Amino acid sequence: MTSLALYALRRADDALILGHRLSEWCGHGPMLEEDMALANIGLDLIGQARSLYQYAAELRADGSDEDSLAYLRDAPAYRNLLLAELPNGDFARTIIRQFFYSAFADPYWRAMTRSADPTLAAIAAKSEKETAYHLRHTAEWVIRLGDGTAESAKRAREAVDDLWPYTGEMFEADAAERGLVESGIAVNPDTLRPIFDRKVAEILAEATLAVPKAGWMQSGGRTGRHSEHLGHLLSEMQFLQRSYPGATW
Amino acid sequence: MRRIAAGHFDDPHAEVAGEAGPRSTRDRHASFEAPLRGAPQDKDRERLLARALAAVSVVCDPELPVLTIADLGVLRNVALEGGRVVVTITPTYSGCPAMNMIAVEIGLALDRAGIPDAQVRTVLHPAWTTDWMSLDGRRKLREYGIAPPAPGGGRGALFGQDVVACPVCGSENTERLAEFGSTSCKALWRCKSCREPFDYFKCH
Repeated sequence: MTSLALYALRRADDALILGHRLSEWCGHGPMLEEDMALANIGLDLIGQARSLYQYAAELRADGSDEDSLAYLRDAPAYRNLLLAELPNGDFARTIIRQFFYSAFADPYWRAMTRSADPTLAAIAAKSEKETAYHLRHTAEWVIRLGDGTAESAKRAREAVDDLWPYTGEMFEADAAERGLVESGIAVNPDTLRPIFDRKVAEILAEATLAVPKAGWMQSGGRTGRHSEHLGHLLSEMQFLQRSYPGATW
Repeated sequence: MRRIAAGHFDDPHAEVAGEAGPRSTRDRHASFEAPLRGAPQDKDRERLLARALAAVSVVCDPELPVLTIADLGVLRNVALEGGRVVVTITPTYSGCPAMNMIAVEIGLALDRAGIPDAQVRTVLHPAWTTDWMSLDGRRKLREYGIAPPAPGGGRGALFGQDVVACPVCGSENTERLAEFGSTSCKALWRCKSCREPFDYFKCH
């Protein structure tokens, strides 16, 4: 697999796995409006994943397509961020996870609109408006929960502390990705760090939540070393195609 | 030889429409037909293309049945490649589930028009914007009970839109109930004058 195909695949996996996680909330949201909001954000992410998988499949030129990439790869073949596969937990945890991802993805897609790769730039142009909307929505909830009741503040604080070690992986770039950065195709994650830090600091301050200290960060998703949670997620997501290969309706 | 959309990212007609902002349905069709005026031997191709355009222009969005895909700006181009009709569409939102249905409806409409082997192509560039929605489309949306997006959309309007007129009574004394609505493209609002809840088509 070329470095560009892997690059597209990693972003596709982020979007699909996080989108699938959000879909698990469908029918379980704390209120109807949030049930719809999480489902809609999940839908946007799965849509982004489809475009990225189609591109990755085209680049691989090995007969794979968006469906085989999503449904027929096992956990070690997935290249998503660990953050995306973590269980939903309570509503606060889901919101904090989505806020961290969106605070990264918003400047990421905006920068990607200037990619030298026209397909990635086109996918970014669609994704950046959607992601900006997700960021605003989740940031409002971070503030509401953090600066809410004692119970909501406690849950939001625990989620921030637990999920923070998973945010470092978003800014990783291996040698192959550095090469794509050099050629103007990939986004240099170093340039996104200050934007992410500023946004997180601004929103957590308003939410009366402390920004965790920099420290050891979890890593592994980009090379296929996942938490035990991904396998369980895939067992549900891939069940139909595994049990009835090639089923269509 | 008329220019055709080569690959996914070289669609001259879409670029033109994108720059022009809101336009009437008539203008939109003119932009499709303009490159057709060619040599007399192109007459058959011209007739085929006109028939294809007439057939796909009336295809509606399954989730917004009052809007045609031309009204919505989802229909980007109808062209001939070799002898084959190629219809180019672009999604509103990345995950819009209506896109598959729209592609099927286009195929059926062309089939009914006696053009069975057409191809429907989805492009992402340039990214769809509510600016492409025709004035006629905005009027039809309002009459259907959905507040249309304000002209001059884009990123700023997605966030700056604070005044949305009620599609029922016209009052601007309205409030947002939820940022997400019944489909990807809509938010839920309520009129404080007539008390009607309504969908608002988000600026995008």
